[in-house]
Amino acid sequence: MLRRRLNRLFGGDEGRVHSRTIYVGHKSCPPNEAYIPPKFCDNRIVSSKYTVWNFLPKNLFEQFRRIANFYFLIIFLVQVIVDTPTSPVTSGLPLFFVITVTAVKQGYEDWLRHKADREVNEYRVSVLEDGRRIRKMSAKIKVGDIVEVEEDETFPCDLILLQSSRDDGTCFVTTASLDGESNHKTHYTVADLESDLQYLSSTIECEQPQPDLYKFVGRMHIYRNSQEPDVRSLGPENLLLKGANLKNTQKICGVAVYTGMETKMALNYQGKSQKRSAVEKSINAFLLVYLFILVSKALVCTTLKYVWQGKHDEPWYNEKTQKEKDTNQYLKMFTDFLSFMVLFNFIIPVSMYVTVEMQKFLGSFFITWDKDFFDPEIQEGALVNTSDLNEELGQVEYIFTDKTGTLTQNNMEFIECCIDGFQYKHGDGSSELDGFCVTDGPVNKIQQKAGREREELFLRALCLCHTVQIKESTMHRQDQIDQIDQIGQIDQVDGLGVDHEFLHPPQKEMGFIASSPDEIALVKGAMRYGFTFLGLESKNMKILNRNKDVETYELLHVLNFDPVRRRMSVMVRSKTGDILLFCKGADSSMFPQVRQEEVERIRMHVERNATEGYRTLCVAYKHLNAQEYARADADLREARLALQDREEKLMAVYNRVETDMILIGATAVEDQLQDEAAQTMEALQGAGMKVWVLTGDKMETAKSTCYACGLFKKNTELLELTLRTLEDGGRSREERLHDLLLEYHKKAVQDAPPVKLGITRSWSVAGHDYGFIIDGASLSMVLSSSSEPNSRRYKNLFLQICQNCTAVLCCRMAPLQKAQIVKLVKNSKGNPITLSVGDGANDVSMILEAHVGIGIKGKEGRQAVKNSDYAIPKLKHLKKLLLAHGHLYYVRIAHLVQYFFYKNLCFILPQFLYQFFCGYSQQPLYDAAYLTMYNICFTSMPILAYSLLEQHICIEVLLEHSTLYRNIAKNAMLRWKLFLYWTALGIFHGLVFFFGVRFLFSNPALQDNGQVFGNWSYGTIVFTVLVFTVTLKLALDTRHWTWINHFVIWGSLAFYVFFSFFWGGIIWPFLKHQRLYFVFANMLSSVSAWLVIILLILLSLLPEILLVVLRKPRGPHARQMKHRLPSSGTSTIFMLSQTASTHSFSWSD
Amino acid sequence: MVKEEQEESPNRPDNTAFTQQRLPAWQPILSASIVIPMFVLIGAAFIGVGVALFIASRDIQLQELDYTGDDSAHPCYKCRSSTEKCTCSMTFSIPNLFKGPVFFYYGLTNYFQNQRKYGASKDDNQLYGDLDYFKDPSSSCDPYTLDSRNIPIVPCGALANSMFNDTFSLSHVVNGTQKIVPLNGKGIAWWTDYNVKFRNPSVTPLINAFNGTKKPTNWPKPAYELDTTDVYNNGFINQDFLVWMRRAALPDFRKLYRRITHDDYVNGLPAGNYTLTIEYNYPVYSFNGRKKVVLSNVSWMGGKNDFLGIAYIVVGSMCVVMSIVMLIVYAKFKFAEDD
Repeated sequence: MLRRRLNRLFGGDEGRVHSRTIYVGHKSCPPNEAYIPPKFCDNRIVSSKYTVWNFLPKNLFEQFRRIANFYFLIIFLVQVIVDTPTSPVTSGLPLFFVITVTAVKQGYEDWLRHKADREVNEYRVSVLEDGRRIRKMSAKIKVGDIVEVEEDETFPCDLILLQSSRDDGTCFVTTASLDGESNHKTHYTVADLESDLQYLSSTIECEQPQPDLYKFVGRMHIYRNSQEPDVRSLGPENLLLKGANLKNTQKICGVAVYTGMETKMALNYQGKSQKRSAVEKSINAFLLVYLFILVSKALVCTTLKYVWQGKHDEPWYNEKTQKEKDTNQYLKMFTDFLSFMVLFNFIIPVSMYVTVEMQKFLGSFFITWDKDFFDPEIQEGALVNTSDLNEELGQVEYIFTDKTGTLTQNNMEFIECCIDGFQYKHGDGSSELDGFCVTDGPVNKIQQKAGREREELFLRALCLCHTVQIKESTMHRQDQIDQIDQIGQIDQVDGLGVDHEFLHPPQKEMGFIASSPDEIALVKGAMRYGFTFLGLESKNMKILNRNKDVETYELLHVLNFDPVRRRMSVMVRSKTGDILLFCKGADSSMFPQVRQEEVERIRMHVERNATEGYRTLCVAYKHLNAQEYARADADLREARLALQDREEKLMAVYNRVETDMILIGATAVEDQLQDEAAQTMEALQGAGMKVWVLTGDKMETAKSTCYACGLFKKNTELLELTLRTLEDGGRSREERLHDLLLEYHKKAVQDAPPVKLGITRSWSVAGHDYGFIIDGASLSMVLSSSSEPNSRRYKNLFLQICQNCTAVLCCRMAPLQKAQIVKLVKNSKGNPITLSVGDGANDVSMILEAHVGIGIKGKEGRQAVKNSDYAIPKLKHLKKLLLAHGHLYYVRIAHLVQYFFYKNLCFILPQFLYQFFCGYSQQPLYDAAYLTMYNICFTSMPILAYSLLEQHICIEVLLEHSTLYRNIAKNAMLRWKLFLYWTALGIFHGLVFFFGVRFLFSNPALQDNGQVFGNWSYGTIVFTVLVFTVTLKLALDTRHWTWINHFVIWGSLAFYVFFSFFWGGIIWPFLKHQRLYFVFANMLSSVSAWLVIILLILLSLLPEILLVVLRKPRGPHARQMKHRLPSSGTSTIFMLSQTASTHSFSWSD
Repeated sequence: MVKEEQEESPNRPDNTAFTQQRLPAWQPILSASIVIPMFVLIGAAFIGVGVALFIASRDIQLQELDYTGDDSAHPCYKCRSSTEKCTCSMTFSIPNLFKGPVFFYYGLTNYFQNQRKYGASKDDNQLYGDLDYFKDPSSSCDPYTLDSRNIPIVPCGALANSMFNDTFSLSHVVNGTQKIVPLNGKGIAWWTDYNVKFRNPSVTPLINAFNGTKKPTNWPKPAYELDTTDVYNNGFINQDFLVWMRRAALPDFRKLYRRITHDDYVNGLPAGNYTLTIEYNYPVYSFNGRKKVVLSNVSWMGGKNDFLGIAYIVVGSMCVVMSIVMLIVYAKFKFAEDD
């Protein structure tokens, strides 16, 4: 407040903090004042992260900030510094590999960014200097330069449009590179400027750079002949954003206001915050357990070593060096501890991170490739913005969905209207063409007719009160969308949805562009009744009336729509000089603003329409006399020029003008449901997910949509917590809220039979279904109750009620409230996984807030898609995305994680046990090559293939039986119980491997020539058993054997054998010790070794096989699988029966 | 699905089996009806193999003689702490023919040949006959790299230094006279160790290669005198040396010393009394070790080891038992499903 007053006192000067002043063309303004060039950044764009010089240190620093990489670096350094059992190569090589691959990838990406930067920065642009056109590099543009841009060029920086080659002072741009929208948007020049910009002398005052693409406030002072400067207001419609393309306009001139890193595009460059999946958290938890195991193993070994050494004095055959004798005892203990850490560090594998990353990255392609997600209408398939959350799709418990455009098509159709309380309904469906009845006369009289005058007034209002524009036929061709009936895009200028539709495409080449699809539906509705909007020409709106006469109205002001006011108005002056204000808006926001006498008659219609699921709008008008208009006009102009709080000031003026209106009627527009919306919702609910509808729409409409989608059923008891119910009973809202919450809580939570969480959630059987409805106002009361303890209590009550309801509807939500609800649920007890799905800019906040954000490539633009994690063309695709893809991804990655820990546990356990037999001397059991290659080569590919291809239940079955999704709910496959099972399995296997061979080696003469085997043979036998067992264990778990699985599993084993021969077959010149020379070949020449390998593999896998067989098949899938089995395998004696895949292709090209 | 979709859009995903996750796949199901017969078969096979192994192991004859001499009654007791060259002899009798070929092992217990530092204390390059490493042995041999006067030790390292140096001779008492049983020192080491991994420097006579080097401190004689009778069993390719250099996996181990393959003993040791004469050099008392001599023959599965046979029989029986259990469970489950 104080600041504002100060601003006013001192003028704009000290407002430098909040605004910047730009001297157009670098000329001092007013001309007599001295010109001090202000300092702004240049127009160089730097999106790259690295330079040639800092790449290595910076990249390495960033990579080692990851805790896993850092851990491996430490291990590596320990190996280098301390005398450790394994050479630094064993851990250095994998680490080097991982780091290099990542660095190369990031380097390549950065190189691409450099290239793109260079292309942008060195792009030649024309700059007008003192009337001459000069070509210079884009990077050299300074704030204040007048830049000339030609058709199809990209704007090099943020420009204020000064001049356009088009007569009407407009230009068209596309912002495909900014927000992905390819429609044309209209921008306007600053009004009344000199035609020769050379003589233009002006300054622009505008706000400091900020990232909101759709907000801009500024003021232009134009100095002419040293008079008082003319002032023009500047808004987003005057601002051309860097990155946008000029279309359909030969050339424009603009003055640079924001350059380089201060452009809105650059400011929007920040990445989204990283979302982490529940699986990743599980991995980290497991990692801690393994770290604990590792440390305790090392501690045990170190302790025992010194205990053992106490008893066994240094034997004569193995004397210590002098240096060792001199070393401090504690230092020795410490280095021993480190050595053991190094020896056992393979228990936490580097490769797991690589494999998980690769699995996620490669796995996400299956979503993009899925042709079921391909929508022929928009010619696009699904989009994956992040692959980190694939498995989270299988864990969703709460779905928050937007209504308009998500559940419904956002495809509006005019259904009926009511004028003065009389209902006007269109045709009875006879000979409908494109939804309109054309055979009939203009209006069907249903009951009685309103007066003709009122009728025409209403239709005129429909024709005038909108921001619809006629689409030019030239643009039409360029858009190349003739074959498509409609296409939805957003109008960037005002942030509202734009829809252009082609009306009767074969007959009339006429389309409309409007800020929301409702408007087009209304204009087309009016057309059906004989009033055709012909377009806007230089501030004159033309209407073709019933008598085929053209009426002209001068458009004075447009009071734009905004979601708070929920209405919009236009002021027009008719031919006769009358000044009229037409207003349309939501009933709740209109009724207080109109004279009360008409309200009741119309309210009835509106409410009836709303319960039928239509979107309703009320239309009102008022006459303005000259004084009233003059005042409104002055107020509006002043508010538009305000630099500070322009929005608020405008709002205040709008509210003042839009009062005391006369209600003429109401309209009903149908918003059709999305394809298969009801089936999708049913499937999702069947899968145990709770669907919450969060919408800005009004309760009745939203409720009817919920009924239509099957979210509310006939027997659902609705618990309503809205302003209406709060105002019942005549007590204060707070008290009423308190009572209602308690009452509902008693009903839904306390009296309901206890609901078991987890796999057997089956509230639908519980007998009574509850649906909960809350509106924005009540919600904010719940969330921000006056007293703190109350507020927490209300929140809990609210959550508990909601959690016991089958469906929850939140209506009248502001975008931020949507996010609040998501956050509330996300942080509630048990931290359920949430998913938000929406299509519009108003859903962005909840998409960003939820664990998984899904964008629908709908008609409300690309904002949601851009900010989402996954984008799909239609709501119905959500079913496959979650039930099939999500389920499979979760099962795959969960198995991957468990398997990885398991295989490394049974890899390292024998090495640990061996310490007990070698005097705790850190003698590795396996050769260094095996230690290194185990995770990289021998066992990595099968699990990767598994985690990409496994379908333990085939996709069709998953889609058919949505309840299968509940089997994996609540991170079922990564719970501690299963983790313990896998750990136990790993320990069992490790014990079997080690002691099996240990007993065999009680007599090391294993060949029939009497020769004996040494320690490396011991290790090699253990390792061979290990590799085979671990791989075959995976083979046992694989339910879906494609040729890739076969290739990779058998290939890995073959590779192991081949490698071992190769590794042992040559005296390697670079190796210090030829430990494995012919060890493997000798092993294979021993019958005993063969037999023990077979024995131990089988013994390890026996319990697993037994478990698979004895486990009672649960759920429908088991039965399903049984049914697919032909003849139940009675004739086969093989271990596994073969069923050919029954898949067929549903379509062929 | 729809006909008009046939016009290809660049955005349309490829309709291949792979991209649509519809690769033809084999979907095996481990059901009881497969597993039960499988288990029975495996069980039977395992029991069969197990019995064969068990019999093979049982038929292997074994004669173990502990000659540590920690008991004052033992003939080798005198040699235990003697620093002089000491010989002791033990007698034993073989009741039946000890079928040949008979293998003569020596065994050590509580001897940690698998210690890391001990095992790494050698220089493979030196042992490969590389003369450069004669003068400058790898530091991994410490503290057995240089002697007190900084002369390099060849072969260096703890492993070589501690080479087992007891020698044995076996004689058969025939009609009261001792008949020496010829012991064959060939073919006791791995073929690849003898022929490839270890090499003498290509210098003749071998002794010249060792100029300026010292023998390992514990060795009574230098490497080039390990077997002066046979050039191909001398130096680094001496088979006793090779056998020692292949480290044992466990602290109780045995190593092949000789084979009895000659003369009258081709078919084995006939029943009778034998005398084992031991030249007792190797100290084990300090680390509570034991020394023994093992005479054994081998079967197709190697030396005597009951473990494998028993394990096979146990696992085989487990398979059979499991299949019976499964049969019971499966029968019950089947009935349940039929309901």
